[in-house]
Amino acid sequence: MKQSSTLSPSTASFTRRIPAGDYWIHPVKQGERLRIVDVEGNQAADTLFYNAADPFDRYSAVDTIRAQRNVYLSTGSKLLSTSGQVLAEIVADTVGRHDTLGGACATESNTVRYALEKRTMHACRDSYVLALQEHDELGLGKRDLAHNINFFMNVPVTPEGGLTFADGVSGPGQYVELRAAMDIIVLISNCPQLNNPCNAYNPTPLDVLIWDGDVS
Amino acid sequence: MTDHSPDSSPTPSATHAHGLRYETLIDGGKHWSFNVRAGTLLRLTDLTGGANVGMLFYNPANTLERYNAPDTLKCQHTFKLTRGHCLYSDMGRIFCSIIEDTHGWHDTVCGNSTKSAIAQRWGERSYQEFRNDWTQNGHDAFLVEAGKYGLGRRDLAANVNWFSKVAAAADGTLTFDAGYAKAGAQVGLRFEMDTLVLLHTCPHPLDSAASYPRKPVTVGFSEAEPVAADDFCKNFRPENGRGFANTELYRFCGCAALPAGAPEPAHTRGAAS
Repeated sequence: MKQSSTLSPSTASFTRRIPAGDYWIHPVKQGERLRIVDVEGNQAADTLFYNAADPFDRYSAVDTIRAQRNVYLSTGSKLLSTSGQVLAEIVADTVGRHDTLGGACATESNTVRYALEKRTMHACRDSYVLALQEHDELGLGKRDLAHNINFFMNVPVTPEGGLTFADGVSGPGQYVELRAAMDIIVLISNCPQLNNPCNAYNPTPLDVLIWDGDVS
Repeated sequence: MTDHSPDSSPTPSATHAHGLRYETLIDGGKHWSFNVRAGTLLRLTDLTGGANVGMLFYNPANTLERYNAPDTLKCQHTFKLTRGHCLYSDMGRIFCSIIEDTHGWHDTVCGNSTKSAIAQRWGERSYQEFRNDWTQNGHDAFLVEAGKYGLGRRDLAANVNWFSKVAAAADGTLTFDAGYAKAGAQVGLRFEMDTLVLLHTCPHPLDSAASYPRKPVTVGFSEAEPVAADDFCKNFRPENGRGFANTELYRFCGCAALPAGAPEPAHTRGAAS
């Protein structure tokens, strides 16, 4: 469901631009709002969440979609951890539908999807792995890279059991906003994919903004 | 608990005609794990209809390589799993190919039943009171089997739920289709890599049956026919041809990944023959 936010960017306590191909890892405290902005449109924000107090308990796509009995994420979706706790809730969404079935691109899956010779092209999973290597104080590794959310991606499921990669329903300036239900760590790979028409073969920046919990 | 030997299990006679090396019956609400060698056929049979078999796959030489449901779905542009599909690892390789399927639709996006969800739906039956007819859940079943190989909650991923159909409506609403169950339905997996398999027979997490479904399955092993050039799964999509190429390269030059001096892993086929 589309729902715009009442928060003004001018009151945000934190703003950051994430270039395509980079990662962003950041704590978000309980009650804080995180907005992810699709600056130029149809750019995939491959996103993972961890319980800050117990990072082995992380976002679980299967538990989230099973609990809400729906494969798509939008306003009102509660993002669950493997242990069934609510990590965050989507409180605003100007797009209306986000994917959590398609996972992140990886150099290895690119060889299957596109061509064996694509194996050295940059991919989200490499950004994720580098993020965890550069933040080894978290004690996380590849086994903690579970199935992610693809904010701004449109991956419709057909009633016959097909999976399609449709043109994006996002656009320039569209955003999704979450309220952290506990202290969490957010890990975003701004997708570098050059082989998928979903982003018109043109990866573009994302903006992230954080508001303190008491800002309205 | 009833102890079923292979001879007393209600196995369809056609199954034996296919020359299984070993077949066993797993009651509903149980769990098991084993290693299978590349070239093994694993055949599951839903004896009475309505069974659910949760399954996860790992590379025993490097368990960081594991079944990846998103890659499996997006590489083959599918939401359901059926004959022709291959189950991919996160490393672009194929653990196994679905070469037989008389069911037609298997779920891989709904995860597992949990202790609290089962207690809420059907009430909790303790081991103390009910012995092995307790109400085991899929999540705990996987944790137990994973722990036997040094794996834990961090290593659990989206699993397959064999024999369970979950469809999505146009608005994304998920529906568990209890009417799709077929007594005697079979699925056959041909392993393309040496693979560690974890399985449970706990209810599908969206099953709303009046009482805890305790549906038995048989699990059988045999040697698969070699992969022919015109193999159905390999040629099902161009992506699968590339997945086979990755897997063949690994088998050609990468299988010495076991540490030097390590004992041969105990393969089920050897133990069962």
